Amino acid sequence: MSSDVHGTPRRATLLWATLIVATLLTWGMGVLGATGKGAIAALAAISFWKGAVIILDFMALRHAPALWRMLTLGWMVLVWAVIAIAYIKGMPQ
Amino acid sequence: MEQDTLPAIATPPDTTGPRLAGDLAIWFFILAELLAFGVFFAAYAFTRANNIELFDAEQAALNRHAGALNTVLLLTASYFVVRAVQAAEHSLSQPCARWLLAAIACGAGFLVVKMFEYAAAFEHNISLSSSPFHMFYLSLTFFHFMHVILGMVILVAMWNGARQGRYRPGEMNGIETGAAYWHMVDLVWLILFPLVYVIH
Repeated sequence: MSSDVHGTPRRATLLWATLIVATLLTWGMGVLGATGKGAIAALAAISFWKGAVIILDFMALRHAPALWRMLTLGWMVLVWAVIAIAYIKGMPQ
Repeated sequence: MEQDTLPAIATPPDTTGPRLAGDLAIWFFILAELLAFGVFFAAYAFTRANNIELFDAEQAALNRHAGALNTVLLLTASYFVVRAVQAAEHSLSQPCARWLLAAIACGAGFLVVKMFEYAAAFEHNISLSSSPFHMFYLSLTFFHFMHVILGMVILVAMWNGARQGRYRPGEMNGIETGAAYWHMVDLVWLILFPLVYVIH
């Protein structure tokens, strides 16, 4: 249904507010110099969640054929998996 | 501009199952763009794995505040684009145009912040050849910068269309297609920002 595809203004505003809070969290972790496996996992999780909101709600793929959700969310999973492998490879043994 | 209650939709919408918002061609283009950025991100991460001290030291010198401000600007522009699409599907052309203008302003803000960042980098003699980190920092962010510029051109075209009342139920393809491209530009930045500016 056309109106459902793009959600309601209230939902969009709520999601925008949480995206901003998540951005401030990422920025705060950067300012505090958070490092190590835990910090990387937290930053990746925040980024992944933000990306999922953009994909599912802002791009309206929540209501698209499942293939498009799989391709876009799958892209994010793949990218973060590759980044995680590279960062683990670079950590002191 | 705040408008949390919208009038009823003028014409009954299509209720036949899942629907991909926007032109199918833009979604193939978006997939190609995501793959290109994905390869870039992987190359950054694996190059860093062999130059960790250099990457961490030069990353620490980046303006993280500018990066965070730009994230807020892009997310807010995306939100304004969503509101514009929601207004269009209720045949509210003028509010739709105003939301798009607000999104254009945020996109312009992103470009201005980035130009200040580049000016500061060039003042410190940072160039593509000054180090592997700077090569990635400049090329990745500039590649994205060019996408924001294209996104701005598309938003201006959408704004023009909205002012002429071109978008309404049953005539949503143009605005949904442009919106999908803009959100892709935002989506890529949501990985680029933590990767290049924060994670170490």
